[in-house]
Amino acid sequence: MAQDLRYTKEHEWVRVEGDLAIVGITDYAARQLGDIVFVELPETGRSLAQSDAVGVIESVKAVSDLFAPISGEVVEANAELTTSPELVNSDPFGKGWMLRIRIADASQLGALLDQAAYEELTREG
Amino acid sequence: MSRLTEPDANGDRRPRAREGLLETPLADRHLGLGARMVEFAGWSMPVQYAGILEEHRAVRTRAGLFDLSHMGELFVDGTDAAKALGYALVSDPAALQVGRAQYSMICFPGGGVLDDLIVYRLGEDRFMVVANASNAAAVSDALAERIEGFRVVLDDRSLATALVAIQGPLSRQVMAPLTDLAIADLRNYAIGDGHVAGQPALVARTGYTGEDGFEVFVDVASAGHVWDALMEAGRSAGVVPVGLGARDTLRLEAGMPLYGNELGADTTPYEAGLGRVVKLGKEGDFVGRAALEKAEADGPRKKLVGLAVRGRGIARHGYELFAGDRRTGAITSGTLSPTLGEPIAMAYVAPSDAEPGTILEVKIRDQRVPAQVVALPFYRRTT
Repeated sequence: MAQDLRYTKEHEWVRVEGDLAIVGITDYAARQLGDIVFVELPETGRSLAQSDAVGVIESVKAVSDLFAPISGEVVEANAELTTSPELVNSDPFGKGWMLRIRIADASQLGALLDQAAYEELTREG
Repeated sequence: MSRLTEPDANGDRRPRAREGLLETPLADRHLGLGARMVEFAGWSMPVQYAGILEEHRAVRTRAGLFDLSHMGELFVDGTDAAKALGYALVSDPAALQVGRAQYSMICFPGGGVLDDLIVYRLGEDRFMVVANASNAAAVSDALAERIEGFRVVLDDRSLATALVAIQGPLSRQVMAPLTDLAIADLRNYAIGDGHVAGQPALVARTGYTGEDGFEVFVDVASAGHVWDALMEAGRSAGVVPVGLGARDTLRLEAGMPLYGNELGADTTPYEAGLGRVVKLGKEGDFVGRAALEKAEADGPRKKLVGLAVRGRGIARHGYELFAGDRRTGAITSGTLSPTLGEPIAMAYVAPSDAEPGTILEVKIRDQRVPAQVVALPFYRRTT
């Protein structure tokens, strides 16, 4: 698992780069969902509020919501996922990234889970 | 995993999974293969192993192995076997030659479908009826009721019978060395009685994937041996285990209906485009005859169609369909077709909207996405 990430209980990861947050879903989430065949992301410029359902991730059998881990403005949505949704399965922390968000309120990051807390959440058994 | 060993209400003494679900004789093998298990019709079944897309593609290009032991196998024996089934079902089992099979349906008196099934003729006076797992008990009860007065015996061997299927273009070459049956001579929709991996077995050239393949019926005690032999024999050919997830995407591509989605008590065979299964010309009465004669004469109230989604989005079960502003129906089954790389679906629509080429709109969340009526099947094998 990559370092310096924060996580949500809905299995999104967040990596901070300056005033931007890069967002995706974890390998745990991708495994739970199975083969991902469709991803719908909010468009550039859209304002997101923390915890809102802002997009959709579909596997062969099911439809899942993507939740905004923090509030902010969408700077870029990963266009590659339109043609290659399988990147979320093969490289969830890298090429499978979903959103670049301009952080509206950095204090919201503190409410997210750290590595240890996320590992605790996803401990099998 | 704790197991219950008390017999259940049906006298079934076999071990059950912790949640009280029935297990097939291959449960331990699925766990060993890393299967993700789900509840299906009261059974614990593998939904996927390596992944649905990979398993689907394996069946289309090589072959896959399925555990279908949850399905129902009902044997009907006696002098009146053909007549009794002719009364109970909408098809004409009396017209079957020994060693041949037919797709059929058992309908309610009102004409709605109770189950779709395959009837195999094992002898002059012996048939095997294979029912969906979700309806096995209901079919067993209905058959028992309908055969009364006929000189036959119903032997429900569902819980004593395991079913392993191999499906895909390489099926024949994998099966051939394992069986004493002349596989090359077993025609489509034929069944033979012999051995597989040394175990007594019925081998049918039938399936639910749109590929060539074989369904192998054995006693539960033989299931593990047959599964292991097919996995081993298929190893060099790249045969993989396949779960219910890929089974669903495969049959949908092949345009085959799923009971509970395309078929149900509120659909007639005619509405599902399966009127050819109903043999109104056969001799004698059968359950549902009057209603089905009327349904055939009146014409369908709705029609099952194939749809190719022409915009961005996947049409799924329950999503609504529109012709302009008029709601015309709803999706019965839908997915992203692994073979075509595009979303496909089946749906019931108003008969006036059912012509191939018609452009409708499917409501995906809050968007209307164009979907075009296309002829079924979506996929037809070339091998």
